[in-house]
Amino acid sequence: MKSLEELKAIRDRAKINVHLRKENSPDNIRVVVGMATCGIAAGARPVLAAFTEEVAKRGLQNVMVTQTGCIGLCQYEPIVEVYQPDGKVTTYVKMTPDKVDRIITEHLVNGKVVDEYTIGSVGNL
Amino acid sequence: MYRSHVLVCGGTGCSSSNSQQIIDAMEKEIAEAGLSDEVKVVKTGCFGLCALGPIMIIYPEGSFYSEVKPSDVPEIVEEHLLKGRIVKRLLYKETVQEDNSVKSLNETNFYAKQHRVALRNCGVINPENIEEYIAVDGYQALGKVLTEMTPQQVIDVILASGLRGRGGAGFPTGKKWSFAAANQADQKYVCCNADEGDPGAFMDRSVLEGDPHVVLEAMAIAGYAIGASQGYIYVRAEYPIAVHRLQIAIKQAREYGLLGKDIFGTGFNFDIDLRLGAGAFVCGEETALMTSIEGHRGEPRPRPPFPAVKGLFAKPTILNNVETYANIPQIILKGADWFASMGTEKSKGTKVFALGGKINNTGLVEVPMGTTLREIIEEIGGGIPNGKKFKAAQTGGPSGGCIPAQHLDVPIDYDNLIAIGSMMGSGGLIVMDEDTCMVDIAKFFLEFTVDESCGKCTPCRVGTKRLYEILDKITRGQATMEDLDKLEELCYYIKNNSLCGLGQTAPNPILSTLRYFRDEYIAHIVDKTCPAGVCKHLMKYTIDPNKCKGCTLCARNCPVNAISGTVKQPHVIDTSKCIKCGACMEKCRFGAISKK
Repeated sequence: MKSLEELKAIRDRAKINVHLRKENSPDNIRVVVGMATCGIAAGARPVLAAFTEEVAKRGLQNVMVTQTGCIGLCQYEPIVEVYQPDGKVTTYVKMTPDKVDRIITEHLVNGKVVDEYTIGSVGNL
Repeated sequence: MYRSHVLVCGGTGCSSSNSQQIIDAMEKEIAEAGLSDEVKVVKTGCFGLCALGPIMIIYPEGSFYSEVKPSDVPEIVEEHLLKGRIVKRLLYKETVQEDNSVKSLNETNFYAKQHRVALRNCGVINPENIEEYIAVDGYQALGKVLTEMTPQQVIDVILASGLRGRGGAGFPTGKKWSFAAANQADQKYVCCNADEGDPGAFMDRSVLEGDPHVVLEAMAIAGYAIGASQGYIYVRAEYPIAVHRLQIAIKQAREYGLLGKDIFGTGFNFDIDLRLGAGAFVCGEETALMTSIEGHRGEPRPRPPFPAVKGLFAKPTILNNVETYANIPQIILKGADWFASMGTEKSKGTKVFALGGKINNTGLVEVPMGTTLREIIEEIGGGIPNGKKFKAAQTGGPSGGCIPAQHLDVPIDYDNLIAIGSMMGSGGLIVMDEDTCMVDIAKFFLEFTVDESCGKCTPCRVGTKRLYEILDKITRGQATMEDLDKLEELCYYIKNNSLCGLGQTAPNPILSTLRYFRDEYIAHIVDKTCPAGVCKHLMKYTIDPNKCKGCTLCARNCPVNAISGTVKQPHVIDTSKCIKCGACMEKCRFGAISKK
């Protein structure tokens, strides 16, 4: 170890590996991926992986990516729900890994819901 | 990138209830489920709630599973990790609320009042990976000290924080450092006392097992402050997990250049070696510890000269306890004012206690100084099992004393504990209920000191043995009131004349029980009874002829054939033959046998 900068570089690199282990704060945005049999069969796993990776890569400390069981709308899986600290819930349906990037940039970072991916836009409910 | 972390406790408590098997099973199941790239299994240090081990926490949800068995692992993987459904039946009961929702761990009684400073990384990071320590600001304090502060500034910060030694006596740490810094010498030493020998105490072990790097970092800071280039950690060989993790930590710190030559390019050299103690209690005494590091038989020597003047290898030396060191990096990073804002007027910061004895939540807790014993026992500790009444709490191990119920509301700090006849000690806290005989407890601790006396000075070597003999006589109902006077007189003699701390404090368990429970001593001596029903020789088993149905079960179970009687007739115990083992009372289905 030759300098403080070197130590700080290791810290920043290692930080993303442990930041998961925090008590969940009520100010966090929760991204919940449906991972029941229906969700997994429809391809929820790569979606979950894409969220985890992108959130870590951007160092979004206030976002928690987690999973849940079946919420009963199996034909719309993979379903991702985004819970904001103000209580607002957005439900994204028929998710794919390609859609993840846009949701993170527009919704999680800039607070603008990506309407065309939401359950409201697919209609017939 | 892992989406989930499974933290399993690898401390001594959970390891002895097979947490390694759980880790192995977890890794196997995760691999079989194809989740190896998504879920990471981490072996951590102690979470504190040892009574409910093995413990597992799964993040990001923060689900706290307790008493996990290897056979539960497939269900956890299938339900929680694969399908995202928390396995509620395994959750720590206190986190599940009445409406079946799950509350945060920090809101449970056990954790709500705790404030983790020394234990902040225990149960959070993998102690065998230096990068995880660095990720939580590890070694930043060392970097700050070496690049921005002078040795005197470091000492000033520690002085201003009010930190006092956590090993027992509570000497101000900053003062100790400034004495050693003031002495000029070609070589100085920094030692760490990890020879935690009090029965029932495991604070230091948990820090070493859960966060070994914090001790290395703090020792290097101390080395810079006093001008030492070599450190020694004296750790008990009975702590194999702690020793193993320290070895890994030292090796990694050397690889990263955080120990060794020219640290942070500042020209500061510091290295640390381990010395294993062979399990002698006296080696926890500072002069005996240094004698042992030097390779001699672990015996104390008179002070002065104090270690800061003439310590290890006759060079100026500082010696601090593990928990003391665990506070140092935080004080450097967050400042003396932050540390001094916690605690009482003369005792700053927090203290770790190992809760044991008759208490529901056996384990490790860290609370701000000034917390009352009642809060620790009734709220954090969850009270006493089986609805029994609190009788006393023993603090300070064999050097400490017993605190009775009337002092439950005294705020705990160094000075208050001494005022009520006990001491902080290293932090063992043994809770005793109404079924505990105080004479017997004093005898237990004296038996320990008799065993552990090194024999160098007569008051301790012969005196403690005599104390034990008098106590034994009392518990057998053979003592007189003159014996009691002699016992007390001898206590003060040993206290005043012993060479080291072990002898000087050995009579404390007797003196403090005499202070608060003298009537129990007198009951043993005058009435020949043991009020708590513990001392075998003073007990008498009798059969109530009205309740006895003559089933013969007691007679058949008596190992010495002391019970006679015919079928369907009340039986009788021959007290001259009875060895008071209690087997008959345990077996009787009609509650006909009682002991008095």
